[in-house]
Order: sequence, then C-alpha cells, then structure tokens
Amino acid sequence: MTAEAHKFNIDTVEHAATTPDTELPWAELGLKQNEFEEIVKLLGRRPTAAELAMYSVMWSEHCSYKSSKNHLRQFGEKVTEEMKKDMLVGIGENAGVTNLGDGWAVTFKIESHNSPSFVEPYQGAATGIGGIVRDIISMGARPVAVMDPLRFGAIDHPDTARVMHGAVAGIGGYGNSLGLPNIGGEMVFDSVYQGNPLVNALAVGVMRHEDIRLANASGKGNKVVLFGARTGGDGIGGASVLASESFDDSKPSKRPAVQVGDPFAEKVLIECCLELFKGSLVEGIQDLGAAGISCATSELASNGDGGMQVELTSVLLRDPTLTPGEILMSESQERMMAVVSPENVAAFEAVMEKWAVEYSWLGEVTDTGRLIITWNGETIVDVDPRTVAHEGPVYDRPYARPEWQDALQADTFRASEAGAGLPATGGELKAAVLELMASPNMCDKSWITNQYDRYVGGNTALSAPDDAGVIRVDEETGLGVALSTDANGRYSFLDPYTGAQLALAEAYRNVATAGAVPMAVSDCLNFGSPEDPDVMWQLAESIRGLSDACMELGVPVTGGNVSLYNQTGSTPIHPSPVVAVLGKLDDVARRTPSGWRNDADGQAIYLLGTTRDELDGSEFANIRGHLGGLPPKLDLAAEKTLGAILINASRDGMIDAAHDLSEGGLAAALSEMALRYGVGARVALDDLCERDGVDAFTALFSESQGRALVAVPRSEEVRFNDMATARQYPVVRLGVVDTETSALEVQGLFHLDLGELREAHEATLPKYF
Amino acid sequence: MSSEFPLIGDFSPAPGAALSGARIGVVTFPGTLDDRDAARAVRLAGAEPVALWHADESLQDVDAVILPGGFSYGDYLRAGAIARFAPMMSKIIDAANSDAKLPVLGICNGFQILTESHLLPGSMIKNDHLKFICRDQVLRVENNATAWTSQYATGQEISIVLKNQDGQYIADEKTLDALEAEGRVAFRYVGWNPNGSRRDIAGISNEAGNVVGLMPHPEHAVEAGYGPDHTGTDGLGIFTSVLTTLVGGTK
Repeated sequence: MTAEAHKFNIDTVEHAATTPDTELPWAELGLKQNEFEEIVKLLGRRPTAAELAMYSVMWSEHCSYKSSKNHLRQFGEKVTEEMKKDMLVGIGENAGVTNLGDGWAVTFKIESHNSPSFVEPYQGAATGIGGIVRDIISMGARPVAVMDPLRFGAIDHPDTARVMHGAVAGIGGYGNSLGLPNIGGEMVFDSVYQGNPLVNALAVGVMRHEDIRLANASGKGNKVVLFGARTGGDGIGGASVLASESFDDSKPSKRPAVQVGDPFAEKVLIECCLELFKGSLVEGIQDLGAAGISCATSELASNGDGGMQVELTSVLLRDPTLTPGEILMSESQERMMAVVSPENVAAFEAVMEKWAVEYSWLGEVTDTGRLIITWNGETIVDVDPRTVAHEGPVYDRPYARPEWQDALQADTFRASEAGAGLPATGGELKAAVLELMASPNMCDKSWITNQYDRYVGGNTALSAPDDAGVIRVDEETGLGVALSTDANGRYSFLDPYTGAQLALAEAYRNVATAGAVPMAVSDCLNFGSPEDPDVMWQLAESIRGLSDACMELGVPVTGGNVSLYNQTGSTPIHPSPVVAVLGKLDDVARRTPSGWRNDADGQAIYLLGTTRDELDGSEFANIRGHLGGLPPKLDLAAEKTLGAILINASRDGMIDAAHDLSEGGLAAALSEMALRYGVGARVALDDLCERDGVDAFTALFSESQGRALVAVPRSEEVRFNDMATARQYPVVRLGVVDTETSALEVQGLFHLDLGELREAHEATLPKYF
Repeated sequence: MSSEFPLIGDFSPAPGAALSGARIGVVTFPGTLDDRDAARAVRLAGAEPVALWHADESLQDVDAVILPGGFSYGDYLRAGAIARFAPMMSKIIDAANSDAKLPVLGICNGFQILTESHLLPGSMIKNDHLKFICRDQVLRVENNATAWTSQYATGQEISIVLKNQDGQYIADEKTLDALEAEGRVAFRYVGWNPNGSRRDIAGISNEAGNVVGLMPHPEHAVEAGYGPDHTGTDGLGIFTSVLTTLVGGTK
C-alpha cells in the first residue's frame, strides 16, 4: 500500500505528547472514564488514536474478562496434581492441550458467537466456526471435528425461523467446506433466548506432542508475518467513531460489525499452517480473532521475551481507505500472524506460494519490551504490550442472591396448577410420551444435523443423536476421543450453583456412556449483564459450582470463553453455562452406540441409578409452562461410579447399547434408544416403581441424575449385575429388546407403535422450518 | 511440488499394502476435502494411493485417477468450473480420452469437475430443496460393465453416504435418453431422490466406461464402524472394481 493512498492526519505518539487536551472518543469506544484515565497513567500521556483503538478492544469485556476474571481464577486454583498430569497446556493459551498417550495430544475449546449470530445469523454462525477452528490450528493441531450447541427463542416465534435458517446454514456452509465432520451439539428452544440466541461452537484438533505451538514472539530479529485473507473493514463494530481520527468526514463512517466468512480461504489456511508446522517453519503463531491485529501483536509480544516492531502500512488491505485504528481493530476472518526466524523466511514463502496464500512481512521481534507500531515510519503506537493484553482492568462486580430466588424455588411443579391432573392411566401416559417426544426440545434434530457433513475424514465413530461424538485419532491403534456439550438453562435459573454442576455431570455422563474416560473440560459461560448484581451472582455461583464439581470429578478446565450482556433490556437470558467434556477411548471400536440394533433381540434392558420424584425444571414441566422449584439433586460420587461402570462395561463388552437419562427422563431415553435403529422393546416399570417408591408417571418423566439405560446381551447379564453390585450401584432389569414388535411396550400401561412415535418425533422441526 | 495426504492424524498403511501393485492417483485441489478418505479407500482396497497436486503436470504413471469430493476453489462460481482448468486436469482429460483409456472416477465435486471438463455429459445444479444434505443413501447399480462397477451385480442395491449442496444432476432430454439407451446410467437413487436429479440419476459413465462420475461418496463406506449407520462398507466395491479392471488388462 502506498503512502499516498492514506491521506490521514496521523495521530503520532509525538503529536499525542504535545496535544494532551485533544478530545478522544473513549466513551463511544466503550471505555469507562476510570479506564481511560488508567491508560493515560500507563502511558504518561494521552493515547494516540491507534493506541486508544487497541486498548478499547483489548480491554473490552470480550477480550479482557474484566468482570469474570476474579471468579474464573477458581478453575486454575481448584486443581489437584492428579488432574494436572495429562494437561500439556492449560488455560490462557488459544486452547488447552491434553495428553492422549502414544505421543498424541488433543486440543479443544468452545466459544460463543452469540451477538453476531443474532444480527446476521448466517455469517455470525459461520465465522463462529471459523474462529474456533483457527484457535485449534494455532496450537499446532489438525482440526478434526466441530460441534455446535444452539439456543434459540420460542419455536413458533416468527424471528426464530430467521435465526434458525441462517445459523444452521452458516454452520453447515462454513464447516462443511472445511472438511470437518460436525459430530454433535444441542438445540434448545426457549423464549428467554428470543432476542439473544446462543450460538456456541466447539472445535477439536489432534497433534503429536512435538507439534504443539504456542502464541509467543521470541528471539530478537525474528520476522513477524501476517498471512491469509486481506484486512478489510468488516467486524470493526463500535470503532466507526474512529473515523474522527482522520479529521476527515469524506469517508464512510459506518462499518459492518459482523465479519464475513470465506471458508475456502480458511481451508487453505489450515493445510498451509499444517505444512508450516510440519517443516517447523514458525517460532510462534497466533490466529486473528476478536480485536484482530491489536490482539495478535500485543499477545504475541507480551507472551514472548522481548518486544515487537511493526509497520502498519505493510498490511495488505481489501479497502485502501482504512485508518490505522481500523486496521488495528478489524476482525476480518481467515488471517494468522506468525513469527519466523530469518533462515526460514524463504521456506515459509514457498509454502505460501504453493497454497497461493497472500502474506506480508510486518516487522520483527525486538528486545525493547515495547510494542511499537509505525505508519510510514512514524510511531503511532508505543506501549508495553502486557498492559494491552494482560493487565487490563479487573472488576469485583457487586453480586447478591436475587430477592426473587426464594419464591422461585418454593414454587414447585407438584404444588402448582400446572402440576395438577398429571397423566396416570396407560392411555394418558402414552399420549404424554408422544407429546414429550414431539416437543421442540425433545424432537428429532435431523433437520439440522442432516445439513452438516458428519462423515468427512472417515474417522467418525459416533455422531448426533448418540450421546457423544466419537472421533478416531490413530488408525493403527484405534485411539480416539469422545466429546459432548451440555447445559440446562432452566436448572441453572433455579439454582445456578447446582445447574452448572448438572451441565458438567451430564456431559461427563454422556462421554462415559459412549465408553470414553472423561479427561478435560471446556466451558462457554453465557450470561446476561455483569452490571446486574442478580446476573453477577448467577455467574459467580455457576463458576463456583462448576469448579467445585470439576475438582470432585477430577477433570480440569483447559479453556473456554465467557459471553456476557446476553440480555434484552433488563431481561437476561437464563444463566447458560455450556460445558464440554472430552474423553478418551483406547479403541474407538469399543464405543457404545445409543440404541440397540436388530441383532440384539432378547438383550436385557437395565436401568442404572435411582429414580426420585424430581420434576422441577423438567421438560415435562416445561411443556406445561412451569418453571420453579429446585433442579434434580446431584451426587458427584454417584456420577463417578456410574461413569466407571459404563466405561468398564464398554471395555469388557458387557453392553451393546447405552444412553444416559437427562431431559425427558426414562420416557425420552427409552424412546430414543428404540428409534435410533428402529427396534422395539418390551419393558415393565413395576420393579422400578416398587424399589424407588414412585408411580409410573414419575418413573417415566422424572429427571433424576446418575442414571443410564443399557442393553446387555444375555450371556453378559451375570457379569454385568455382579459389577454393578460390587460397586453398590442400584440397577434394575426393565425388560428386553424385541425385534418383532416394532413398538415400545410398557407392560400393563401402553403399546406405542414406533412408526407413530417416529412420525411425532420427526414432524416438529419440518413443520416450523 | 507434490502434496502428501497425511500431515497430522496419519492413517496407517493397509494390511499388506498394495497387494495388486496398482497405483491410483488422488488429486488434491485447493478446497478438496475428501482426498484423505479416497486415499484410505484405495489403500483398503489393496492398492497404493498416489497424491497428485492440481498444479503439477505429471500423472506420475498412475494406473487410475480419483477426483475426490470437496469445494474446489470454494466453488463460489459454479461447482468444478475453475478446477477444470487446472494443469493436472488437462493431463487427466488427455489420458482418459487416449487409447489407453485411463480409468477416472469423480466423486461429488469430482463428478462436477468431470461434467465441467466434458468428460461426462450434463451438469449439476443446487439441490431442489436448496439445502446441503448429508444422509445414508441407497443406490441401485444399473450397469456393472464400467471400470469402476464390475464388482457389483447389475441391479444390486448398496448403501453409501450422500452429502452435497449442488447434487441435482441435469441434462437435456436427448442426452438423458441417450444415457439410458447406452447403459451409461451407472447408479440410480432408490427410495428417495435426495436432490431432484433427473431420472433419479446418481452416477453415469462415458461411452467407453472408463470414466465414471458419482454424486454420493463410496469412500465414506469402506470401513466397518465409520460408514453408513457406522456399519456399512458397500462403497469398497468401487475401488476393488477398478483393481479388477486393471488386472484384467482392460486399461
């Protein structure tokens, strides 16, 4: 870019030092007065326009975690040595890395892309996938799968279709083009998400230990390079006010705040980066996501051992009219920044040429400890990079248990009007099962999942609707990983401490149900405004609950993301901590699918765990429009035992199918297992009801935790029972798989034809979308 | 410069690799996605996969070529429209039309590239329902006399993976009639037409039978545990068929 194209009155450091009284648009950029004053104090002068741009984005809630940092610390503190033993890279890098053994490592992370996906669902969701995948590449890994937990408004609200069509097509359009199988996720409809849909995205990647890369710029004289897509005016957001830095009103001042994705560019970037890693051609690497070049330069520089000097006019632009501040803040997609030693420059360039990826050398690593950015040689940024990247403001936001919480918890389903006239006869229970399985949250999701490629790569051993997605990592040994994401906003609303733990417990249980040993956690904490003490309490309680439970289950949090301000006016979303658990399978051939097949005739169906009268916050209560009381009780020790039983049973071939009980309880689990491969079953609830002291309705619809349904071959029944007994875990035989009936027969109560059940289950999404 | 398929997450060599001694090229364009899968299928069938890079001009003396699925160059223009002009494609077009009749299989995006290259007639447009679709799909083998279908029986039904955005096969009526009359409809969708393709066509061949284009993905149905319903391996026959063809000397 020639200097001539930029006719701005550049606000240099020198200029800033001599014009202390210049009015700066810090408030429009989202900075608070105290934050602006802090910047002036740090610099010893007013910031330049470019510096202000950098601080404003890097000190934003999204980048600095300023409201949550004090609480997030618990994830790092509540960790035992035992939990650390397989953690190769912990929180703080682009994504955590876990040791899989045999020289393999796995990295995974979940992130939010909520607001952009509401404004522009297709691009918002698409670039959510793009961003998380680049985080995975930055660690040196080959991305191998994605997942996407989604939470939208009421299914029948006219705007939900807009978000649904756009977001699903965006996730598919981007992810499918990258060659990454989409192996699962969630789909929840609730009016609390009407103006704040949650679009979270998870990516997982694998690498050899020696390929792990970190985001740091070390070694004086090493070159700094920006490669991938050109930098454009997309994703600048509130920064449009920076037009004022040019003191020139002739250019367009409104920039689109949502980034636009180019999946082809990203696919090429993946292959190109993997080739760089293979040749050990980069010293440090960082993807460009939120806060673009501001983030990449300040993080690389502050994680390294020196400083960095960058000439900003060297950045390749899509739009030559961009100001320095806009270039620093642009969130244009599909870009990476790397540090390359001088002897590798030629080899680096050869890889770029091969993949036809554009690149430009921006500057080099220095030993000054300063991040210096120039514009045609004039210094426009001169900062200590740590103050930008890591030493932003931290707030101890006031929080307090909401005064309405007690009344909410006292309003139980059983005592409410909605809880009157519950189904009791066989006919009523059958109708209730049909209604449950057709309800928006429990219905078949293949309208969504059929728009995603779940096969590419040839390593997908399980995918939605199974409990967890399972991906083979090593073809020779069958070593692989299982992943599940879960959250229940209603549980968390009733009791955020327990709600977050329940989300973890379910994801843990899902992974174990698939036969994998849970190893690590990534979380995406979606909440309302931290400036509301009620919401702040929900956030604090959720983090406290989640970190306590991680400690007890022995699975460390290796990374994640916080998304705040998800609220419309003064109404926040339900607290929605989405928890992803990653597990390991020594041989994915041993994984347990979530349904019995037609070769399983006569296999015994067992229910593990105890059923209590727990309907508050349940899907059944939700269908009746009730939300109150307390969520199901959680016994983490029991969850651990259940997990061990499921993992051992899978390893030793004692079970052919397994499905965890969660939303919708036993009714949902039985229905889903039968529908998975269209094979029926005959069960009786009498023993269960008698042992646990519940009626048939409660047995079917309660959402008690620590339960799973398994299919056991006749030859393994004794061994299976012995194992459960030895671990003192309650188990009851409900019935058998029956390949003849093609129905779900609950003896003495109802006979539900699978065709009828499937029709109800599958009709819902196509009806609305 | 040639590319290599495995960078990270290597696949293992097949048991008794390259039993047949056949070498089958798998072309990678920028944006190709299923090249590693196609290479694995070749290996599981008992041949040696050879990575071919779109920008190279040497076929490296391979015995057959597979154009795998994906979104070459992003397919932002028209699926396969740019890939068709790659240097490697000129070599493949020449070899397919030569007397030696190099066997060429185009899967999904590869099929689209073959129609753009005029090695196969017709064209592919967006699915009639306008959405990307991924599902387990039943096909009927309509002609087992091509280089890529000899291991099936004509009339045999197989279940493989279907996944596409632009999978609706179209051609004028005259061309369709000719394809039918000449037995060049190689595969047809059974049960449900997933994309609105004319006459339920899922795959066709050229007159000589050495070039076959197929919209669904046999390479995703070659290994028990990872195919349709996590069990199916019906796609392997495509890859063993070409080995039989090569051994039979019909190349």
